[in-house]
Amino acid sequence: MNPENYVVLAAVLFTIGTVGVLVRRNAIVVFMSIELMLNAANLAFVAFARMQGNLDGQVIAFFVMVVAAAEVVVGLAIIVAIYRSRRSASIDEPNLLKY
Amino acid sequence: MIGTGAARLADATDVAPVIQPLAEASGVFSYLWLLLALPLLGATVLLLGGRRTNRWGPYFAVLMVVGAAAYAVTLLLGMLGRSADDRAIGQTLFEWVFVGGFTAPVALQLDQLSIVFVLLITIVGSLIHIYSLGYMEHDPDRRKFFGYLNLFVAAMLLLVLADNYLLLYVGWEGVGLASYLLIGFWQYKPSAAAAAKKAFVMNRIGDVGLSLAIMLIFVTFGTVVFDEVFAVAGEANESTLTWIGLLLLLAAAGKSAQFPLQAWLLDAMEGPTPVSALIHAATMVTAGVYLIVRSGAIYDGTIFALTAVMVIGVITMFLGAIIGSAKDDIKKSLAGSTMSQIGYMVLAAGLGPVGYVFAIFHLLTHGVFKANLFLGAGSVIHGMNDEQDMRRYGALRKVMVVTWLTFMAAYLAIIGIPPFSGFWSKDDIIHAAFEVNVFVGVCAIIAAGITGFYMTRMVIMTFFGKARWPDDAHPHESKPVMTIPLIILALGSMFTGLALLFWGDIISWLTPVTGLEQTPLPFPTIILEIVTLVIVLIGVAVAIAMYRRDVPVEAPQDVNILTKAARNSMYDDAINDVLVVQPTYSVSRAFVGIDNKGIDGVVNGLAAFVGGSGERLRRWQSGFARSYALAMVGGAVLVVAVLAVVRLP
Repeated sequence: MNPENYVVLAAVLFTIGTVGVLVRRNAIVVFMSIELMLNAANLAFVAFARMQGNLDGQVIAFFVMVVAAAEVVVGLAIIVAIYRSRRSASIDEPNLLKY
Repeated sequence: MIGTGAARLADATDVAPVIQPLAEASGVFSYLWLLLALPLLGATVLLLGGRRTNRWGPYFAVLMVVGAAAYAVTLLLGMLGRSADDRAIGQTLFEWVFVGGFTAPVALQLDQLSIVFVLLITIVGSLIHIYSLGYMEHDPDRRKFFGYLNLFVAAMLLLVLADNYLLLYVGWEGVGLASYLLIGFWQYKPSAAAAAKKAFVMNRIGDVGLSLAIMLIFVTFGTVVFDEVFAVAGEANESTLTWIGLLLLLAAAGKSAQFPLQAWLLDAMEGPTPVSALIHAATMVTAGVYLIVRSGAIYDGTIFALTAVMVIGVITMFLGAIIGSAKDDIKKSLAGSTMSQIGYMVLAAGLGPVGYVFAIFHLLTHGVFKANLFLGAGSVIHGMNDEQDMRRYGALRKVMVVTWLTFMAAYLAIIGIPPFSGFWSKDDIIHAAFEVNVFVGVCAIIAAGITGFYMTRMVIMTFFGKARWPDDAHPHESKPVMTIPLIILALGSMFTGLALLFWGDIISWLTPVTGLEQTPLPFPTIILEIVTLVIVLIGVAVAIAMYRRDVPVEAPQDVNILTKAARNSMYDDAINDVLVVQPTYSVSRAFVGIDNKGIDGVVNGLAAFVGGSGERLRRWQSGFARSYALAMVGGAVLVVAVLAVVRLP
């Protein structure tokens, strides 16, 4: 049961999440990918905690989960508000904050 | 009379100048500073008092100068009462500059040389002030005029009474300022404003010479006080003395309108005629001669600089005479004459100890008869309703008798007819010139002939012949306030020479300060005097022959090339333009170009660069959230890569 494998898994999950953020057009799917990245970070923290033999990583994982939850609340609220006015969940269309 | 003069000049003399110890100012001399304070007070009250002083201001100014003149006469009497080697009085007013080893006190030195200048300035100045009461009667700015005149008198007195070069420089600048203010007095006339600027700028070039000379004097001698410098002047090395001498010559050339800085004098005639009389004839333009004679101890050690002085004097003597012969404006012709006569003085000063005294003697007689000529011209101009073109004069002797007679007195003086004053001083200079160099002496005699020509031309065109007046002219004699100074000056033109020479003995009065060397000539002096007189009379005869017939009212255009050149003042403006003005403009334009394109270019270029890059960079803010996300990921990858590379080993 090599904890290093879990770190590799976390890296893979993070990369998948990053690609999802960059490639997918639907805002909800982008959010999902962000959540995936956050969970990958959590996995990495817990794996390191196991490797180090103390519980510091697990404590930080708790913090990350709380922050993720709060961020999802705010983000989904914004997406719902945008969907209500534009009838579309694409993140490419609202591009008015530009030069 | 002529015989006495000949006998006087025939003796050989060799008197060295002495550095007279400065006696402390006491008794009648203890108010020496009053000479400066009175005109300065006049100037301050009039210029700062403003319109309130309009009514009584001019009279106050006249009173100040007359007071200074009266005090100057008492000072002279006081000096006469002292023995010949104890006539120098010094009065220190306060310590002005004391920096390190350099001290320059505000101190006055009254010796035989400065008292004659003080008398000339104050007495002729008083007469001109009184004359101006009449001449400027209708001018709304007359209070300002008198204020400036007083300022000039104060500055000129400071110049001649200073006991060190730095204080002299203050007076030098002061008269330059007064000259600027007075030439441009009618400042609403663009020609007057331009003339004032021209005079000031050309004077400034000379002033550079004076400042450099003062610096050089301080570096060489460690002091700028006259007596201290002259005591050790003989010990400095010759090339240093030559440089000082040449720089002082540059200063004198600027102030005294000598070649090559002479172009401003004719334009300076834009000022009111009393200004031309006081500043540009009798006093300010003679400051250069004063400087050279005062610095005699320096010039004695450098033959090269003395020769340069002499050459400048000869050139200007001819230049002024030729210009004066062709000008139709009466004041400009007199200005040419002034240039020429100061050339005589500079020539005499350039002869060394042989000529210093005679330069001052001619300066004094010239001051009187030139002021007379200018005031007379002013009277004519006033009577002819401000017409200055001699071609519109003619036959004025019947209408303006007093002016005519006084003008004639000065005319006979300036051309050198015995026993009028100019004869004595001019012949002394010619005699001294022959002692040094035959060629210079011949030049002086020829210039005397030309003087006879142009003065006779002026007199005939103005007072004789047929009347060529414009239709609305009513020439009339001027009021007594103007004619009485003319009469006094005419008496001076007639008798100053005799009085100074035989009654007052100006030569031995001045010799303790200037020194005198005289060698007898191989021929009797009376031959010289007769030859000079003959040449002068030839000049007079030529003028009579040319101008006794009708003088055309419009100047004839088909004249020879010399006349054309002389009418254009020998193209001095054109020469100055090519040699100095255009190169200065080019340099100025180059610097402006460097400033605009170079320095501003760099600054503006930087701003443009920042702006341009901003223009391009802002397009990255596309508004697409995914592009931002890509950028963030890219940056994170970069940071991780760098960290990996750094930490790997």
